[in-house]
Amino acid sequence: MKVLVAVKRVIDYNVKIRVKADHSDVDLTNVKMAMNPFCEIAVEEAVRLKEKGVATEVVAVTVGPKAAQEQLRTALALGADRAIHIETDERAESLAVAKLLAKVVEEEQPGMVILGKQAIDTDNNQTGQMLAALTGLPQGTFASEVAVDGDKVSVTREIDGGLQTIALTLPAIVTTDLRLNEPRYAKLPDIMKAKKKPLDVKTPADYGVEVPSKVSLLKVESPAERKGGVKVASVDELIDKLKNEAKVL
Amino acid sequence: MSILVLADLHEGQLAGATAHVVAAAQAIGGDIDVLVAGEGVQAAAEAAAKLDGVSKVRVADNAVYAHQLAEPMGALLVELADGYTHVLASASTTGKNVLPRLAALKDVSQLSDVLAVDSADTFKRPIYAGNAIATVKSDDTLKVITVRTTGFDAVGTSGSATVEAVDVVVDNSQSSFVKEELAQSDRPELGGAKVVISGGRGMGNGENFKLLDGIADKLGAAIGASRAAVDAGFVPNDMQVGQTGKIVAPDLYIAVGISGAIQHLAGMKDSKVIVAINKDDEAPIFQVADYGLVGDLFEILPELESKL
Repeated sequence: MKVLVAVKRVIDYNVKIRVKADHSDVDLTNVKMAMNPFCEIAVEEAVRLKEKGVATEVVAVTVGPKAAQEQLRTALALGADRAIHIETDERAESLAVAKLLAKVVEEEQPGMVILGKQAIDTDNNQTGQMLAALTGLPQGTFASEVAVDGDKVSVTREIDGGLQTIALTLPAIVTTDLRLNEPRYAKLPDIMKAKKKPLDVKTPADYGVEVPSKVSLLKVESPAERKGGVKVASVDELIDKLKNEAKVL
Repeated sequence: MSILVLADLHEGQLAGATAHVVAAAQAIGGDIDVLVAGEGVQAAAEAAAKLDGVSKVRVADNAVYAHQLAEPMGALLVELADGYTHVLASASTTGKNVLPRLAALKDVSQLSDVLAVDSADTFKRPIYAGNAIATVKSDDTLKVITVRTTGFDAVGTSGSATVEAVDVVVDNSQSSFVKEELAQSDRPELGGAKVVISGGRGMGNGENFKLLDGIADKLGAAIGASRAAVDAGFVPNDMQVGQTGKIVAPDLYIAVGISGAIQHLAGMKDSKVIVAINKDDEAPIFQVADYGLVGDLFEILPELESKL
């Protein structure tokens, strides 16, 4: 079974973001970028499936600017066999990415597609579900456990009230939650080897997909700052403040 | 304008989130219908009919919609969406699971986690874990939106909408329900509680979370946790408050042994009053707390419980 894994280049999760002075967007100049953490989990799961002999080939794909090839090289260093870069400098939103991935699915015919459940920049949590709808394949979102059994996959999902397990026919789309696995770090020899692995570059036009959406970003603002309050010296003072000052008890 | 709200269910009953989504629909303006889909959901449909501002409740009661699996729910929404200008659901794990499918099949974008309505086509939503708020305008003919419930006060329950059955039945041979392990608790639901008390890595282990029980009982609070506490295996994932867990905005939020990672703050910083209890007086949580108490939580918690 071939596994397709989608990755996204985003701001490093440790970086504190700044809004541009003209409020047009978040300022990403000279900011450290990295693979989206949920995508790292997706790559790890795909590589583990290969190590278990369930997957025969792992193909990493990304949609983004030229620099996003760094994230594909990371995926290759972590164990993916080859990569596809769909290059665009436009802001590609979930629907356009899902349409492009659907074309890749049509071409590659993977047995499973694994994606992160959301990217930590736009926080949309949509692409996997949209891809499932467009390809007509079943989806197992927010996965904390994935078990392939013959022509089915059992996915345990993190839902609001607890955990839900569903069974899907293969091929299927899986999106990862945080506790699916702990991604490994790439070792130096693997990073060197990754430079020689195949990486195809395509454009959205090659797939006949238009990237711009009908949603426009009008403004980006910082949220209302919360001011730190006071330190209290004792439990008694805390209870007194909550009763008489904040009036929440 | 004409709006369809997908009702959230919890164990077959109408979940509190739906009243907040209807409030968001009212902020957009226009006729509001609510879709209740599931198996054995008549009681939920009747509860939805009482929500203020709802004109019609549409009920799809069929085994294929049991557990609201994504594939049949998406197909049902595609069948029903014609004629509506907006389809809304709460940004719950169900809403997030289902609505993008509708959007993709209708070839429109989806707006996630909307927390304010500027107009019928312009909305505010958080990005970068709530560290920035984006104002976005959608020119799609159908607007598909998940709503962050903490952004909208629940509507009242003095309505009397008509209830009508929807006889659309779709096929689903691709996905099947196996089992669910839901947390059983007499406490209020984390998302809707007036008071939330959460523990972090500082709690040390899962056993020590019992120290929060007595205080939660006295305050009628829900109990939450930081991602660190969930990742460490102290408590189950459904208790997680944060960017990828529950978003809460109670009147009072008490953070115990939580350092205050950006990821956690994203889930609770809209709370009215925040109390932080932590032994490290440099912990970032104190920068957002209205009241901070520096000290050993194992001494402070029993004292707090006895004095409340």
